[in-house]
Amino acid sequence: MEAGIVSYGAYVPRYRITPAEIGRVWGSDGEAVGQGLNVYRKSVPSPDEDTITISTEALRTALVRGAIDPQQIGAIYVGSESHPYAVKPTATVVAQAVGATPNLTAADFEFACKAGTAAIQTCLGLVGAGMIRYGVAIGTDTSQGAPGDALEYSASAGGAAFVVGRDHVICQVHHTVSYTTDTPDFWRREGQKYPSHGGRFTGEPAYFRHVTECAHRIMETSMTSPKDYQHVVFHQPNGKFPQRVGKQLGFSDTQMKFGLVTPYIGNTYSGAALLGLANVLDHAGPHERILVVGYGSGAGSDAFDLETSDELAQYDRSFGRPVQWYLDHGVELSYAVYAKFRGKIHMGEA
Amino acid sequence: MSIARFWRETPRRYNLGGSKCSTCATVYFPPRAVCPECTSHRQSIEKMIPFQLSGEGEVLSYTVVHEPAEGFEMQVPYVLALVQTREGPVLTGQVVDISPEEVRIGLKVHATFRKLREEGKAGVIHYGYKFAPTEEPESHPAPRGPAAVARTDELPARDRAPA
Amino acid sequence: MREVAVLGVGQTKFGELWDRSFREIGIEAGLQALVDAKLSSAELDGLFLGNMASGTLINQEHIAPLILDYAGLARRHLSSVRIEGGGASGSLALHQGYLAVASGLYDYVVVGGAEKLTDVPDAEATQITSSTADHEWEAVFGATLPALWALVARRHMHLYGTTREQLAQVAVHDHLMGSKNPNAHFRNKLSLEQVLGAGPIAEPLGVLDCAPFSDGAAAVVLGPLETARRHTDTPIRLAASQVACDSMALQHRKEITTLEATSAAAHRAFQQAHRTPQDVRVAEIHDAYTISALVSLEDLGFVEKGRAGPEFANGQFSGGGPLTVNPSGGLKAQGRPFGAVGVAQAVEIVRQLRGEAKDRQVSGASLGLTHDVGGTGATVVVHLLERAN
Repeated sequence: MEAGIVSYGAYVPRYRITPAEIGRVWGSDGEAVGQGLNVYRKSVPSPDEDTITISTEALRTALVRGAIDPQQIGAIYVGSESHPYAVKPTATVVAQAVGATPNLTAADFEFACKAGTAAIQTCLGLVGAGMIRYGVAIGTDTSQGAPGDALEYSASAGGAAFVVGRDHVICQVHHTVSYTTDTPDFWRREGQKYPSHGGRFTGEPAYFRHVTECAHRIMETSMTSPKDYQHVVFHQPNGKFPQRVGKQLGFSDTQMKFGLVTPYIGNTYSGAALLGLANVLDHAGPHERILVVGYGSGAGSDAFDLETSDELAQYDRSFGRPVQWYLDHGVELSYAVYAKFRGKIHMGEA
Repeated sequence: MSIARFWRETPRRYNLGGSKCSTCATVYFPPRAVCPECTSHRQSIEKMIPFQLSGEGEVLSYTVVHEPAEGFEMQVPYVLALVQTREGPVLTGQVVDISPEEVRIGLKVHATFRKLREEGKAGVIHYGYKFAPTEEPESHPAPRGPAAVARTDELPARDRAPA
Repeated sequence: MREVAVLGVGQTKFGELWDRSFREIGIEAGLQALVDAKLSSAELDGLFLGNMASGTLINQEHIAPLILDYAGLARRHLSSVRIEGGGASGSLALHQGYLAVASGLYDYVVVGGAEKLTDVPDAEATQITSSTADHEWEAVFGATLPALWALVARRHMHLYGTTREQLAQVAVHDHLMGSKNPNAHFRNKLSLEQVLGAGPIAEPLGVLDCAPFSDGAAAVVLGPLETARRHTDTPIRLAASQVACDSMALQHRKEITTLEATSAAAHRAFQQAHRTPQDVRVAEIHDAYTISALVSLEDLGFVEKGRAGPEFANGQFSGGGPLTVNPSGGLKAQGRPFGAVGVAQAVEIVRQLRGEAKDRQVSGASLGLTHDVGGTGATVVVHLLERAN
């Protein structure tokens, strides 16, 4: 049996804020901005949450669902652009918190919004080569846009964990390919609190070119076309880009339906495509084919040609919450409380 | 707080590792070297074995804290509770993801993993257990605005969150 | 074991003593007590000093010889020992002084208690005092001392139907008593509405349910009862001195609405003195939080478990019954300089038994009790004092 996905779990923090509320503070028509982005609300982490806690919650769910002994995990990679430490791995805390230490390798990945998919590819390699039994790939972020910046309307928090293994694979990986160039569309320099971006440059030469090229490459490799897939998941920095690229590539709204979660929780960056995939797996039955095309600024795309297996019918998804629950629930915050939670208020020295 | 002092407790604070008296089967958290319950107190020495708590329990008592402990200023008001765990030990911890007015004695909760405090902006971050409601809090409503693509109640039973 | 008597007492004003240092207040109380006892310092054998947290509060450990020195006794090279037991440090020192004299090793000792809370900001004082609970398994998770007592309050309300108003009555009572005490931190009376309307600290406890952070010191001189008449016309016998301990953390207690250490210490004290709770006419009990007064009354045996709320609200302990509680104003109104509290309780009971309590004199007071609690009840000290015939 080839390496594939054997379990998964998702986590999104409880709080939400709407574009209208953000716009109210900055004197913009937030509702119109939200409609333009196809984002109705975005998730906000509590002051006591970060990518380490989100990763841990998502992975604990995955381990229970898959009845996986954490001591059998050979690798944990956490992809994020908002690791709590600049130096000191997120992955080691997560490994300790799920009981996977000490006999494993662990590292943090960073590739803007596609560090999570890069982590899946790495795990597929290690598991496929027989070097480890289980590999864990997590994509998670508590991303921030600068106050008043367009990014602030979408940058949110959440993540998903995927366990890669060879036994009881619930979702096979037929192929994975990548497409990588040097494209400075979005970045954050060392020591800077908020990221910078190239405005409209983040569109055509960045997101659309990489996603489109990578999607074409994987369908070429897999000898498939859009009609072969029940579901498609794109990276979703907002609700609009994935819809547009999907249409351009020839996918229907039905195919995109479960893979699009950003309108309801915002852009979870490294978590975005993976939460879309988790939502698809929450709804899918056996033998459904899924195309995933992630994207990370800087820039690159990772694509996966996936197919659910018979094992999915036996897989117990009842533990933890389905992604749908997080899309449907949440407690809305005022901008003031959101600003406090996100550390945007200048505090006096203690 | 010194780094080592917190670090050496991570197996307990992260994973709820307790201990159990192999003589009388009483469970303790944090672990103990000797059993206070055993009639033959001295004989329990070196007979305490590691025991893993499930993290499930219910609220025995609670308070809403307005004058915080150091490092908890951003979370005021926060709920602090005594949680009676399924296995016996009572733990002190925050209850998160619930409005303070919804907490009650008997509320079912489970352990969750959160930041406990940071040693300033440049210091180490300490993590550990808090508790979250296992039952659905009523004030966790669907946000305003368009609903998501499919409602939870339209999903097959297996996809629903556990009751 | 020989009988021990209190020969003299002294106490500073409690409150925010901005212009006075730890040493100054410590010396003032001690010298007052020596003068009151008509004791020559040449007769002294040692000093026992109750103090909770001088290291974190004033950056000074090793305070026992320091106080001895500034009391002018360093040249005599007496023994001077600091005793720490959280909020019960003062009465633990009294216990040690009692043991020293009762054993016959020492004849005359000064027992002092002193604390200086206002030299640090309130938030820091909260943190320091919370370290008298279990730091690693309570405070680290967000618990403060008032939050832990609030957990006791909520559970007490749940189990016994104790009401928010009944809690508030304790504060009203304490401030009424404190208004007659010139040494009290607070001398203003409070209405029930004021207590109920005060801002929350840890629900259900509000600002006025909690004792303040105070500076202050108190001292007593102990000596053998047999020679007490040389020093005073009204020697007060220490009829019992008992200490009991329990699990440090509230979470490890069998039942959080009962302080078993209080029950144990009280039981032993009444046994030692061959007395019962019904014999006590005046008591200084731990009321750092309104709930702690109610729980203490129950665990000391003055009222049935769960009944303290309604009985207190009836005025039962405010002069309307055989027992009057906290005529000093208690920790709530007289003030809470942690290490000084237990000694100040003894000072008040001695004054009551001598009939020197002026406006706040409890009539017919012959047997008095002090009850001092460290943390949430991990250390409890109970003393019984009575007029020697």
